[in-house]
Parts: sequence; C-alpha cells; structure tokens
Amino acid sequence: MKEKVLYKRPVALSEKPFSYCPGCTHSTIHKLIAEIVDELGIREKTIGVAPVGCAVFAYDFWNFDVTEAAHGRAPVVATAIKRIMPEKVVFSYQGDGDLASIGMAEIIHTANRGENLTVIFINNTNYGMTGGQMAPTTLAKQVTTTSPLGRDVKTSGYPIRMSELLLPLQGVKYIERVKATDAISIIRTKKAIKKAFMNQITHVGFSFIEVLSNCPTNWKKDPVESNKWVDETMAEFFQIGKIKDIQ
Amino acid sequence: MNGNGTVFIKGNHAIVEAALDAGCRFYAGYPITPQNEIPEYMSKRMPEEKGVFIQAESELISINMVFGAATTGARAMTTSSSPGMSLMQEGISYMAGAELPGVLVNVMRGGPGLGNISPSQSDYYQAVKPGHGDFHMITLAPSNLQEMYDYTFDAFDLADKYRNPVMILTDGLLGQMMESMDMKHDRKPLYPDAKKEWALTGAVGRKGQRIVSLLMDPGVLEAHNIKLGKKWKTMIENERKYELFNVNEETQYLIVAFGSMARISKGAMKLMKDLKIGLFRPITVWPYPYEELKKAAAGVKKVFVFEMNQGQMLDDVKIGLEGSKPVEFFGRAGGGVPMPEELCDFINKNK
Ligand SMILES: Cc1ncc(C[n+]2csc(CCOP(=O)(O)OP(=O)(O)O)c2C)c(N)n1
Ligand code: SF4
Repeated sequence: MKEKVLYKRPVALSEKPFSYCPGCTHSTIHKLIAEIVDELGIREKTIGVAPVGCAVFAYDFWNFDVTEAAHGRAPVVATAIKRIMPEKVVFSYQGDGDLASIGMAEIIHTANRGENLTVIFINNTNYGMTGGQMAPTTLAKQVTTTSPLGRDVKTSGYPIRMSELLLPLQGVKYIERVKATDAISIIRTKKAIKKAFMNQITHVGFSFIEVLSNCPTNWKKDPVESNKWVDETMAEFFQIGKIKDIQ
Repeated sequence: MNGNGTVFIKGNHAIVEAALDAGCRFYAGYPITPQNEIPEYMSKRMPEEKGVFIQAESELISINMVFGAATTGARAMTTSSSPGMSLMQEGISYMAGAELPGVLVNVMRGGPGLGNISPSQSDYYQAVKPGHGDFHMITLAPSNLQEMYDYTFDAFDLADKYRNPVMILTDGLLGQMMESMDMKHDRKPLYPDAKKEWALTGAVGRKGQRIVSLLMDPGVLEAHNIKLGKKWKTMIENERKYELFNVNEETQYLIVAFGSMARISKGAMKLMKDLKIGLFRPITVWPYPYEELKKAAAGVKKVFVFEMNQGQMLDDVKIGLEGSKPVEFFGRAGGGVPMPEELCDFINKNK
C-alpha cells in the first residue's frame, strides 16, 4: 500500500516540542504561523521578532530567522529590520502586557507610521509568564494575582481594546480580531494571519491581528473550560471580527 | 560633502559626516538640546547616502531601533544628550547581551533631572558603568572636532570588531562649536565586507537562526558572561587610548582631564609656563588607561583632576594611582564651564 501524506510538520516549525502549558493557544498560533510561512514559500525571507512574555521562546520553535526584543519594543525592532530590508517579511508576535502596557508607545507609533509589517497580538487578559498578574486587557472584575478582589475599574481603569484603539490611525490598513478555541475559529485565524502576511508582501501596509488566546495555567481552568471562557466571556467584551480592511 | 580637505564645521555635523563615511546606513534619534543638529543634519544627509533616517518617538525607541538595525548586520547609530541617554540604558544592555554592534553619541548637558542645556561632563559614571548586567562598552572622549570626526569613524570599526556597542562621550561645548578639521571621506572602514554570519538576513539554505540575550538553561548564561568577560579583557588589553601633553622627566604637576576640560586645561597650562605642568588625557574613558596614568605620574609632586562635574573620573584616577600621589580635585557642576584662569588659581593655591 502506498503511503499518502495528509499532514506533516511545517518546515518553518522546528523539531523542538512546544514548552507552553498544555492547552495553551500560543502553541496553536505558532503552528499556524509556520504553516502560513510554508504555504507562502517565504521561510527564507521571513524575520520574526519575539516578545518578552511566554512567547519569548518562539525562536526555539520557528525555523526561520528570529530576534528577541526588549519588553514591549518588538514593533520598533521590526521597523528597523523592515526599513533596512524591505524585501523581507517581518512580523512581531506580542502578548498583551508586552504590547498594550509597556510597549504602548511602540505599537501606536509603529502603526501610525504605517510600517509595512505584520503584528500578531496575543490577548490572554493577563501576564502569563510572570504568574498571571493584571494586564491592560484584564476584564472588569476579573481576578488576577494583582487584582485579588477582581479588577476595580475605579482604580485600575477599564480593559483596553487595542484593535479599536488602532482603528482611527490612518497608517493602519487591516485589523481583525480572531480566536483559536475550536476548528472553525482556528481556520479563521489562519486566514486572517495569512491575509496580514499577504498585505505586507503586496505592500498594502500595516496589519494587526488580535488573537483572543487562553492561559489555562493562570486562569486556573482546564483547557476546555478556558476556551469556553474565551468564547463566552472574553469574546463578549472583545468582539470577534474584521475591524478595518483597506486595500 | 565630497572629497577630502580642511573644512570649517560644527561638532555635531562632524559626527554625522564621520558616521556616513564609516558606512552607517541607519540612524534613529529624538530631539534634545544640545545635539539637535545631529538628527537635523542626518535627516538631510542620510537619504542622500541611501540609508534610513527615522525620527523616533523617544530615546527608548531610538535605541531599540538601532538594536533592530544591528540584527540585520547594518551599521547603525543613535545620538542623544544626558536625559535621553538615561532612557537608552535598557537597549545598550540588550545589545551587549545579544552581542550587537552599534554606535551611540552622548552630547552631555547639565543634570541631574532635566538639568540644563549647558555643556557638562555629568554622565561620566553612566558612560563608563552603563546599563544593567555585567558588561562594558568602549567609550571614547574626543576633545576637538578632528577627534569627534575620527573617533566617531573608529567607533563603528570597534563596534564591529567586538560585536558590542561603542559610545562617543562628548558635550554641548564640542557639539555646538565650530572648528576646522580634515575630512577623510576616502578613509576605508575596517571590516566593510566582514560577513556577519550571525546577522538575520533570511534563512536562505539554512536553518533559522536567532539573536537573543535570554539564556535560561542552567549554566548557559554564566558561560555566556564568561565568554563576554574575555572580550572585555581583550578590549582592556588592546584599546586603551590616551594623550600625554608636556609630560617629561621634569614635570612636577600632572593634570588629568578628558574631553572639553582637557582643552581648557591646555589653555591654563599656557598661562602658567613657569610651572612644569603636564597633562594626561584619557581618550578611552573605558577602558581607562590606568597603568599609563600611573607611569605618567611617577615623577610628579601632585596630581590635579579637573572635570565638569563634582568628581566622577576622579575615582578612576585614584584607582590608577593606587595611592602613590596626592590628588587635588577641581570641578564645575551643573553646566558650569571654567575659564583657564580658574584652573590656574586652583593650581596656585593647592600646588
Ligand atoms: C522591563 C521589564 N519589565 C518587566 C519584565 C518582566 N516580564 C516578563 S514577561 C512579562 C509579562 C508578559 O506578559 P504578556 O505580554 O501578556 O505575555 P504572556 O506571557 O501572557 O504571553 C513581564 C512583565 C521584563 N522582562 N522586563
Ligand atoms: S502561562 Fe499561560 S500563556 Fe504562558 S504558556 Fe502557560 S498557559 Fe500559555
């Protein structure tokens, strides 16, 4: 009997097993990016910029060139790389502490300059790597290790909707919020990320994909419950869908 | 600008010309006095050389852009003045950790805090003991515009040679003044075609590679630090630079001063021709020429340390002299610039 290959590890994914917590969607999104890089045939011209956060180890899992950036600075590291080598496909991959807190200035100005790059924003409503502290995206009343009684919007402000915040900036061409909780939403996420990469290749400009992600460990939920919480609670505040698309 | 020859030029402009001559093709900077002429002039000159100029939104962003540029193997630079340099400490440390070359210029002003915009040497400590973590950075302190130009050029070569950031430590006096100097547009950079195999240029025909400073596996960071430590040692052995002026067997007093203060000291020496005074001027303030200083001071009665701060390099002079000579310090702080006569008075009263 002849073997038929239906699925195999993307070349753009290294052989190192993911070290993320079981059920964490960082792994899923990493794999989608690797599949897209393979499908677009851009492994040899892709440069990734890893954040400070759980995904700092992204460079262990992708088999293309990746640099680390200081906490929050990934978009400006990516900017310099892209400006020097405009023919490369450059993207940053950042958590919500990295992008929406310490790196707020970097993301806003990179978006506003309309840099022709792709930003993948992983919103899991907390600081995963440091043990689940409150993030700018933490929902009102959500319990974290630094909001033990639930986020008090009177003292900590309201959760920031990054995608909507970037919407009015004229340099931004494409924003979509997606999630990765089941087969259909994962396929949609892949489609969105692929389009964001294509936008860069065809010089459309700055694209921003926000993925509602989970953090089973710090949410103290099992993976199934975590995804349910994304679907039912997170997605209610952070509405899924295309937010901006200018071709 | 074309060709070589003598030009009458402003210090901040000389830095730009030197960087471009050295093959710098990426610059990011943020406005701050007294270095504004650098980004302004660079915004015109860099595009002429087909390089990238970006006005960054803060010094944090400038230095992290330089980090990104360096990952591609390009020669890159940022410049600022004291408060901006404080913001850059994060990026400098990351560059040293990730072994990325790059050139930084600090056109110092008065501090602490917002301070003022007068020339000062208030950031000596921050320059020779930069950032977090166990690392060093070659720091060159020019004292005239020829040196601003020459050492800025050298800084790019040194950065590539050691894969480490290099700083030019200057101040508002040298940045703002005009002086004649020789352009050497046809000077060739060292390592111009050095294959930076570590650079991220796309994984063509190879596996992906990475640039990192996070090394979490047990023992790996320590091994990395020890490897870096050997680099610092090589720099200390090979890159110490200094000037001896009027130092001979008859010298009775030795002035130690760097940058602008060394210039002013030379003025004071002219006014005191009857005293046998010599000058020791460190050009690299890191690595500091300790042994050479001790040797230069061997026959003198006393050492005078002059700075435009309240005694920062003074520590290094004391380390170098190892208690072998009495030391007198005179400094002006907060943007105060002394007249040569003030130095003469101090020497006369304390000799
Ligand atoms: C300047 C600086 N401040 C703080 C930290 C500590 N730190 C490491 S990861 C992290 C938060 C990451 O959270 P997020 O971006 O949401 O990513 P996640 O881990 O949830 O994927 C923080 C605060 C740091 N490394 N550097
Ligand atoms: S801590 Fe949270 S975000 Fe980090 S790997 Fe674990 S589950 Fe994922």
